[in-house]
Amino acid sequence: MLSFLFTVVRRDILLAARRRGDWLTAQFFFVMVVSLFPLGIGPEPTMLRTIGPGVVWVAALLATLLSLGRLFADDHRDGSLEQLLLSPYPNALLALGKAIAHWIINGIPLLLIAPVLGIQFNLPAEALAVLVLSLAIGTPILSLLGSIGAALTLGLRGGGTLITLLILPLYVPALIFGAGAVDGVLAGTGAEAHLSLLGALLVMALLIAPWISALALKVSVE
Amino acid sequence: MNLYRYASPATFHPLAGRLVPWFAGLAAVLAAVGLYIGFFVAPTDFQQGEGYRIIFIHVPAAWMSMFIYVVMAFWSAIGLAFNTRLSFILARALAPTGAMFTFVALWTGAFWGKPMWGAWWVWDARLTSELILLFLYVGVMALQAAIDDPRRADRAGALLNLVGVINVPIIYFSVKWWNTLHQGASVSLTRAPSMAETMLWGMLVMALAAWMYTIAVALARARTLVLERERRTDWARALLEGKA
Amino acid sequence: MLAIHDLACERGERLLFKGLDFALGEGEALLVRGGNGRGKTSLLRILCGLSAPAAGEVRWRGEPIARAHEQYGREMAYVGHANGIKDDLTPLENLRLAAALGGRQLGEDAAQAALVQVGLARCVDLPARVLSFGQRRRVALAALATAGALLWILDEPLTGLDVDGVAMVEGLIRDHVAAGGLAVMTTHQPLALGSLEPRALSVGE
Repeated sequence: MLSFLFTVVRRDILLAARRRGDWLTAQFFFVMVVSLFPLGIGPEPTMLRTIGPGVVWVAALLATLLSLGRLFADDHRDGSLEQLLLSPYPNALLALGKAIAHWIINGIPLLLIAPVLGIQFNLPAEALAVLVLSLAIGTPILSLLGSIGAALTLGLRGGGTLITLLILPLYVPALIFGAGAVDGVLAGTGAEAHLSLLGALLVMALLIAPWISALALKVSVE
Repeated sequence: MNLYRYASPATFHPLAGRLVPWFAGLAAVLAAVGLYIGFFVAPTDFQQGEGYRIIFIHVPAAWMSMFIYVVMAFWSAIGLAFNTRLSFILARALAPTGAMFTFVALWTGAFWGKPMWGAWWVWDARLTSELILLFLYVGVMALQAAIDDPRRADRAGALLNLVGVINVPIIYFSVKWWNTLHQGASVSLTRAPSMAETMLWGMLVMALAAWMYTIAVALARARTLVLERERRTDWARALLEGKA
Repeated sequence: MLAIHDLACERGERLLFKGLDFALGEGEALLVRGGNGRGKTSLLRILCGLSAPAAGEVRWRGEPIARAHEQYGREMAYVGHANGIKDDLTPLENLRLAAALGGRQLGEDAAQAALVQVGLARCVDLPARVLSFGQRRRVALAALATAGALLWILDEPLTGLDVDGVAMVEGLIRDHVAAGGLAVMTTHQPLALGSLEPRALSVGE
């Protein structure tokens, strides 16, 4: 069972490594969206500090959505998704593996870029640390919930736009607790409550999302 | 008596056809009574003046918007578990009405907010949750509209409804949490001025009217969906040719 | 081994077939016949468990396949219209990956031998992207041959193959069935299986 999970994760990472161009698009998108805000709002440092956490988090949601479109689409097109679904292991394990791989490929780079962007927004060191921590707990939630949307919209016309409609409302709690954690540090009220709620969300997403994505994959492939 | 008989499209179609006028009539009568109570019987609120009367539409709409989502998820779950086509059809027939009530709740909320809060839109916890609920409805309808194969559309929509209904309480909780942390920006709705009994009656009657309306509209919509899906079967063909 | 009972299939709102019954035992092959759009592919997808039938059920070793997901996954191999191989990987990597996902060990030598057997000795290390359609089909067939499955479900296995390729597939199927395997196939091309006479099933009359 576990070896199947590892194989799925390794497979997706290997495939992403062979196509670095596709993979980098979402990361650059993240950087650009965040950098546009000071240009649109103005470079006033206190203002930037107030909006910084929210802007970085919203950009992380959008960058995740951008990369989710391809989570199952390539495998669907060349028929390997069918082969994966026919493997002797539970399909939920496949969905979990794909989500984990998506997080490693797209989520972890966001964590690494985020502090640099936080500095642009004048965030103090402590807030930067919490920003990274909140993204570390939050981005797996985005990958897990996103895999449901990617599975539901598989092979549809305009699937890329549709997935945003389906998934963004579901991302609201993660956004609130994630950005709220950083706000809490800035306001001096602490981030623990936010981070533990975010952790609870992650546990729930881990328990539920793979099953639903697996069902959705079956529905979409049929 | 076999309850499953009513789940068969050929039985459902005429049965629903007979029920729709009754529910529609009840909805009209109740709405007339409710509006009469709301606009003529209920006393003027000494704090909010006449403007408060919009709650006779606003509150029932908000109740229905949430209630319909739960009912939709219920039918979706039944459909997925027992593979009954009629459940999917009912879930699908409810979505537009739910979205309509959500929109009405938001719109009347804005109307109420302008004189009370001095702004059309306030990022109040309930308004914000209601807005996200509208997004959820739109998402389900958009997904089902994008899928050509009815079987896939039913199941995909049902799965999304289930995910949504698990998320609604979490979203509501998170928005409320967010709202208490940003106190300055909002005005609390929960002052709950001691409500006159007639006001409560008005709202209850209006809520019943909305309920009857929902049943009537959902049944009517489900009838068309059933007929569309079954148009190649003998009974549907006979019916359609008889009408033509 | 493989039994279907009263199977019906709907696509969109069209009934493709209904009341389909058959049973297939070890060392037997089944050729599914029917014109375009009659439901051959749909039948095969139902047989391998990718689609659910509108009515009826598919049993493997007496157990409905939905309940025997793990065992059926090990004992059944499917080659569909799409080859199911990744363009960014080499044929060798594709083969070993397919084996790993099926929970099997496949050494580099064994994978190499399988590729030589399907006539791909010269392209083992090229990304599948640069291979021709027929060559990619051969990679999928090599994966089938190394899957060690008892039941083969083949949807148009001959598409895109040249004369040698067709003969190679015929040989694969003959050997598989002779060794006690089961095969369910569709094809529009004549299939010369020598002494093996596949049973025939027509769908969608």
